Amino acid sequence: MLDLIIPSVMTMMTAATPLIFAATGELICEKSGVLNLGVEGMMLVGAVFGFIGATVTGDPYMGLVIGAFSGIMASLIFAILTLLLVSNQVATGLALTIFGTGLSALVGANYVGETIDRIRPLYVPDAADGPSVAQLFFGHDPVVYLGLLVLLACAGFLSRSRWGMILRAVGDSDVSAHAIGYPVIRIRFAAVAFGGMMAGIGGAYLSLAYTPLWAENMSAGRGWIALALVVFASWRPIRVLFGAVLFGGITIVQLNAQAIGLGIPGAIMSMLPYLATIIVLVLISSNAMRIRLNAPACLAQPFRAER
Amino acid sequence: MKTLNRVAVALFATLLSFGVSTSASADKTKVGFIYIGPPGDHGWTYAHDQGRLQLEKELGSQVETTFVESVKEGGPDAERAIAKLAQTGHKLIFTTSFGYMEPTLKVAKRFPNVKFEHATGYKRADNVSTYSARFYEGRYVQGVIAGQVSKSGVIGYIASFPIPEVIRGINAFMLGAQTQNPNIKVKVVWVYTWYDPGKEADAAKVLMDQGADIITQHTDSTAALQAAADRGIHAFGQASDMIQFAPKNQLTANMNTWGPYYVARTKAVLDGSWKSQDTWHGMGEGMVVMAPFTNMSSEVAALAQKTYDDLRSGKLHAFSGPINDQSGKQVVAAGAVADDGMLAGMKFYVEGVDGELPK
Amino acid sequence: MLRLEPRSSHSVLAAWLAPLVALVMTFITGGLIFMAMGEDPAATLYIYFIQPLVSASGLSEVAVKAGPLVLIATGLSFGFRAGVWNIGAEGQYIFGAIVGSSLAVFFHESTNPVLLPSMLALGIAGGMIWAAVPALLKTRFNANEILVSLMLVYIAELLLVYLVHGPWRNPQGWGFPGTRTFPDAAVLPLFFVQHRLHWGLVLALAAPLVAWFLVAKTRFGFRVRLFGSAPLAARHAGVRSTRMIWMTLLIGGGLAGLAGVIEASGTIGQLMPSISPGYGFTAIIVAFLGRLHPLGILLAGIVIAVTYIGGENAQIVAGLPKAVTGLFQGVILFYLLAFDLLTRYRLVFSRASRPEHA
Repeated sequence: MLDLIIPSVMTMMTAATPLIFAATGELICEKSGVLNLGVEGMMLVGAVFGFIGATVTGDPYMGLVIGAFSGIMASLIFAILTLLLVSNQVATGLALTIFGTGLSALVGANYVGETIDRIRPLYVPDAADGPSVAQLFFGHDPVVYLGLLVLLACAGFLSRSRWGMILRAVGDSDVSAHAIGYPVIRIRFAAVAFGGMMAGIGGAYLSLAYTPLWAENMSAGRGWIALALVVFASWRPIRVLFGAVLFGGITIVQLNAQAIGLGIPGAIMSMLPYLATIIVLVLISSNAMRIRLNAPACLAQPFRAER
Repeated sequence: MKTLNRVAVALFATLLSFGVSTSASADKTKVGFIYIGPPGDHGWTYAHDQGRLQLEKELGSQVETTFVESVKEGGPDAERAIAKLAQTGHKLIFTTSFGYMEPTLKVAKRFPNVKFEHATGYKRADNVSTYSARFYEGRYVQGVIAGQVSKSGVIGYIASFPIPEVIRGINAFMLGAQTQNPNIKVKVVWVYTWYDPGKEADAAKVLMDQGADIITQHTDSTAALQAAADRGIHAFGQASDMIQFAPKNQLTANMNTWGPYYVARTKAVLDGSWKSQDTWHGMGEGMVVMAPFTNMSSEVAALAQKTYDDLRSGKLHAFSGPINDQSGKQVVAAGAVADDGMLAGMKFYVEGVDGELPK
Repeated sequence: MLRLEPRSSHSVLAAWLAPLVALVMTFITGGLIFMAMGEDPAATLYIYFIQPLVSASGLSEVAVKAGPLVLIATGLSFGFRAGVWNIGAEGQYIFGAIVGSSLAVFFHESTNPVLLPSMLALGIAGGMIWAAVPALLKTRFNANEILVSLMLVYIAELLLVYLVHGPWRNPQGWGFPGTRTFPDAAVLPLFFVQHRLHWGLVLALAAPLVAWFLVAKTRFGFRVRLFGSAPLAARHAGVRSTRMIWMTLLIGGGLAGLAGVIEASGTIGQLMPSISPGYGFTAIIVAFLGRLHPLGILLAGIVIAVTYIGGENAQIVAGLPKAVTGLFQGVILFYLLAFDLLTRYRLVFSRASRPEHA
């Protein structure tokens, strides 16, 4: 049984990594008071440009950087519209998703069927040795470790650093923060851009490591799952980790169950991740107190200095 | 693509000057294709597009082709796209996915002078033919190879939807494998999609985690093959030769070869001999071709080649008796072969396949 | 220098101008994109936007495509006006189609004229049930309706797949997925046999008119608008947020479900693993493009339908890739949102550095 658990956990970690990046980025963005529903679009933009970058430069890590950068660019469209032009955040986020999906499909059309040198794990044991605890700890690819590092860094940033506190203040009461003298718009810009960068990396991970190829819509709804994860985690980074592994895990468990031979119809089992998300969402949200403690009070509300 | 653009621009210039859709230009016959996905998928649609390119190569002086990609099956899109091709003077239209069946028939009624060819369907009309390939013969060869090469005796099968075509494939694979290793195990995972690289990669990883040391798929992307190659596991390509994606790990691939059929049917339209028919060709007619046998010992390659040759010549039939279904009931007697009727509607697993067939 | 100054009241002129300006900007951007791709911009824009409208078959196809969009978007507009974000219209569409079509599946030989109207009614009910879930979870448990309704889309899709592969599969269908083709009594009749216009489209046209009446002339409509723009004032006026959430979600779900059963019985004629080319999501764009106003939605639905049809024409005639359509839709929305601010702010040339009082 151990033989199966270790590889399954490893597969779960790779499945969770894009979610960890996207959700952590969105968490920071939301903590500053901005709701960006365009995560799916940003992930696809990151995936396509990351893949093209890797094809052109021959280096998947360069591709990762390009993916991150393109995520930032995509998020800036959103930031300009919502922060400078005060447009509705929900609608703009949706527009970004639609635009990102279309743009990535268009740009990537010529790269379907291309191959790249994928991002490789740090340590690969001999096939004969079988799964081991060493592999569990050291056998992931660097981006997985990066994701965990970023997650921890964000947790520390939010709870212990001065700028983290300022970010939270901006999200909880933008008018007060402005009164004290903090540049609300600029801070939100930075938060949105960070969210974009993370979504871009998460998307690029899909096309550079998870399945080293480009296909239209390859994020397959992960951006939306990431949005759910932020709520699920009550806006606390460490809980994002649990949520991401849980969600990634359910998908894997469902496939494992099929392969073992449990007789539940595959279509029903495929529903499990989404059902689970709803159930957890309900459980978490029903604790209104907890929500109030952690949700940024000004979430999705535009900032008006003249108020 | 460039030629198509030049042709299209010239055509469009004509259209623009008349401001209305015209019928076919006097010289060339137009042949249209409706694709379910992008030609770049390197799988199902890619193979059809290769067929279209071969048609252009062989009959380019008399024929020009058009294709519409990623046409969705549900909703009004399919019928509209097919009708558009018919309206713009295409004389022969290939609709390359099962879900286009009803739309094809509806449009065919409106345009009795246009000929339609529907892939993998079962309904015909005076101007609608159906065609499919005996992919299962390729699966049989794959099974033979897998039975020999697998050390763990466990094969991972990534299946898409529980339709007869896919089930036939699983069964043929199993029967082939059983000739080499009667105790072979095939683990099947249903991903309920034809094309979702992330899910296919996940399925491959899960199967490998559960001990499969060979992966085969009835889905369209290269993701599973690449995931297998990452772990040094052997796998089979699907619908086209995917060797470039896994140079050290692809054993062979089922290659759907539609070109000769497309050329033949177009010729039939050109010389007026086209009739509605059902075509189910296999290796014998060259519709299913195996990619070169690579990454295996020369003995296994020779065995694979012999199996391939025997299937091609008709000496061997993939579903020859005795065959029992999962419950042990005999469905094909010793000395007989499964008839097309049983094959077309196959909804049972043969003995030895683990797990239940999804209802 | 140029400054943005808040208006004291929304400018109606700008509200109607904004979508037009957005369209024009989209044309210009599109032309630039086409040039970058090496195509003739004017010719390609013609294929995309004009050609679908110049022939009878083109117009009927636009209508067939626009119908479900307009219907769903009308339903969504109530919710969006009230600040209730129903992103799961796609799921409500599918579930409505499933529930409505169940009659056609079970009574597949019937010739009873009651069959069709019952199917439509059940379709509405089905869509409402699916929308009731996010409504319940939001009002009882404070769960975000965006995410719940979205997750339900995936579940509805999988449910449809399960049904057409399994219990509802056509027994004479050689094992292929899909129900039997619906009996004639269950199919919406065509009123123009040449083209594909069926009576369901009449419903789709009527919906915005009814909605416009509701919103502009009834107290309910007033409450919806109040609730969306000034929730505190609304509460003081006695509008209960729970009831508002329920009503707007049910309307959105009901209309989406109706669109689903209409498509299944009118355009497709059976249930298959996939019955929507993304109508539920595109309808969101239509709703916004139409400024959440029923008549605007009607026009916006037509515009978006034209981009789909035009995109296909472009593939057939000019070999352009399909992805440009999605790009256009996103661009239209961006421009719209950008110009939207002109309804709330004025562009002012000013040398003063202090903001004037509004």
